[in-house]
Amino acid sequence: MAGIADQTPATGDDSYRRIVAPLLLPTWAVIGIFLVLPVGLMAVYSFLTKEFRGGVDWQFSLAAYDQFFLNRGLFGDEPPVLEWTYITIFWRSIWQAVVATLLCLAIGFPTAWFIATRPAHSRGVWLFLITIPYWVNLLIRTVSLKFLIRDNGPLNEALLGIGLIDGPLPLVNTNLAVQLGLFYSYLPFMVLPIYAAVERYNFALSEAAADLYASRWVTLREIVLPIVKPGIVAGCLLVFIPSLGAFLAPDLLGGAKNFMIGSLIDEQFKGSLGNWPFGAAVSMILMTLVMIALLLYARSAAKGGAA
Amino acid sequence: MSDAIEIRRVVKRYGTFTALHGVSLAIRDNEFFTLLGPSGCGKTTLLRMIAGFEDVTQGEILLFGQNIAGLEPDRRPVNTVFQNYALFPHMSVLDNVAFGLKMKGVAADARRARAGRMLEMVHLSAFADRLPSQLSGGQQQRVALARALAPEPRVLLLDEPLSALDLKLRQAMRVELKQLQEDTGITFIFVTHDQEEALTMSDRIAVMSAGHVQQIGTAREIYEAPVNRFVADFIGETNLLEVEVASVAGGQARVVLPGGQALTCPSASDTLGRHALSIRPERLSLVEAGGDLKATVERVVYLGTDLQLLTRLEGGAEMQVRVQNSARARVPQPGDRLGLRIEEGAARLLAD
Ligand SMILES: Nc1ncnc2c1ncn2[C@@H]1O[C@H](COP(=O)(O)OP(=O)(O)OP(=O)(O)O)[C@@H](O)[C@H]1O
Ligand SMILES: [Mg+2]
Repeated sequence: MAGIADQTPATGDDSYRRIVAPLLLPTWAVIGIFLVLPVGLMAVYSFLTKEFRGGVDWQFSLAAYDQFFLNRGLFGDEPPVLEWTYITIFWRSIWQAVVATLLCLAIGFPTAWFIATRPAHSRGVWLFLITIPYWVNLLIRTVSLKFLIRDNGPLNEALLGIGLIDGPLPLVNTNLAVQLGLFYSYLPFMVLPIYAAVERYNFALSEAAADLYASRWVTLREIVLPIVKPGIVAGCLLVFIPSLGAFLAPDLLGGAKNFMIGSLIDEQFKGSLGNWPFGAAVSMILMTLVMIALLLYARSAAKGGAA
Repeated sequence: MSDAIEIRRVVKRYGTFTALHGVSLAIRDNEFFTLLGPSGCGKTTLLRMIAGFEDVTQGEILLFGQNIAGLEPDRRPVNTVFQNYALFPHMSVLDNVAFGLKMKGVAADARRARAGRMLEMVHLSAFADRLPSQLSGGQQQRVALARALAPEPRVLLLDEPLSALDLKLRQAMRVELKQLQEDTGITFIFVTHDQEEALTMSDRIAVMSAGHVQQIGTAREIYEAPVNRFVADFIGETNLLEVEVASVAGGQARVVLPGGQALTCPSASDTLGRHALSIRPERLSLVEAGGDLKATVERVVYLGTDLQLLTRLEGGAEMQVRVQNSARARVPQPGDRLGLRIEEGAARLLAD
């Protein structure tokens, strides 16, 4: 990595910058309007006062964060103790997202490997097949999944039919259903980056490793995985982050018991029951967590790369 | 001397295409053996079958007397220097060289020490901590060589390892490789399509073409006594003439050249009729009068140490002649009518 930075030509040339700067304006505009502005707005909202029919009063307040972290009793007059409700929801969400990511990795890596090692002309067909379900709206897909796994749905009927089970498996409104939903929603985000990495992998390296007495398993561990690691990391991030904030799968498949962050935030912005500053505060806390995780990863990767 | 590798009637088919048609070879221990042939003749295929990367369709390969069919590549005591090096991009040069030792279970200290010595041998000690992408092509080539030699294989396979290097480096590496092979006593199987490389380094050479082995022999045997038209033409330069064998008596054949001139040359068989006759350009000399053949000079190319002459025999056939350039002799001019003298035994009748 350091080598690439060193090779950057020294273009301290001001005339070059003068020409390029205006060309970058659209980029800055897009980043400003669609990234900085909404996040900034969210940050500001989280420090405002709640208005009763939804919306905000422009008055500074820490109430939203207070509500998240502290419990002052039913009437707000007791000494504050740590509030566990939301932390539990966060914890459950992180856990669900981790499991969904691992599930996607376990299925996605072999799938990506399989596709990348097909003859060049049939790879396109396989990728196409992978993306077909994604032509349908996520909501509809999640609902169909619910129909598929409910008590008198085709899955249970089939299992009952062949006599594998005596009564229907209760799948809907379980953790398992949520993970299944997340897995189903985000699998391609795991497959595609890993596919791209494996496709670029030079299989002569595996031959070279075998030639130097490495077994298949050792070759995978010592040669293949380190080289395709960027694809794996990208896939994991692309699955983990949306899984963490997902609300369709937990809502439709998990029921009230398996409430996740996404649903919590979603509710705060709905109708008169909502609480915009609180929703904004939860979003900010979630974002901060994700960013800390990414920074930690980036630091460990930089260390690993330098070694 | 025992055989390191014996290849018995090996056939390789890819679908309906046959890449090797029953190749048989025996490679001796400690030998520098070269597979030489034009692009696509099956050299890499044969090497990959020895290393274990390709299945053998038919026939068998013995390694020190043991049939290695079904043995996975990681269990064969052979190492390969790959045509495009295949260095591990995420490992330092030192780790690359130490990889085979690591896989053999050599302790960390010992393998680092040995890898360091290997790098010294290929003059790359200063580059031990670099990544392969930070090396030049020639340096990468030497890392690949050090990596393959580090685990002390009994047989080293080299697939055109010098083809990516510039001429100067290539010539230097030829000498180094040969020296290395002699010092280590490892059997080298060296693949190339460059005949000069083959002639200068090899103990023996197998000339291949279109999936067949055409001839096996020392550089001298192959150059001096090619068995057929392909070998004569592929190795070095030669004049190939379509001749008519008029009579054979006492191992000497009377052959008639296209233009009607005739000469006598040794012949192993006594079949009459059309044959190919090979005469190397440097085995011809110019004489003012007499000689074996009469010719007219058409073109003279000045090569520094040598002069290359294109002459035409009386009656049509072209004949290349190569003579040493000397300050005293007169340089022939186009249009000169000269005699060509053929060195004793230099005109060879080919089997086909
Ligand atoms: N996987 C394969 N499938 C089909 N045909 C193949 C395959 N590998 C090689 N061949 C064919 O087998 C023949 C021999 O190939 P090989 O790679 O051994 O040639 P080579 O002598 O090493 O040539 P070069 O000097 O160009 O490296 C070629 O005609 C090639 O097209
Ligand atoms: Mg080849």
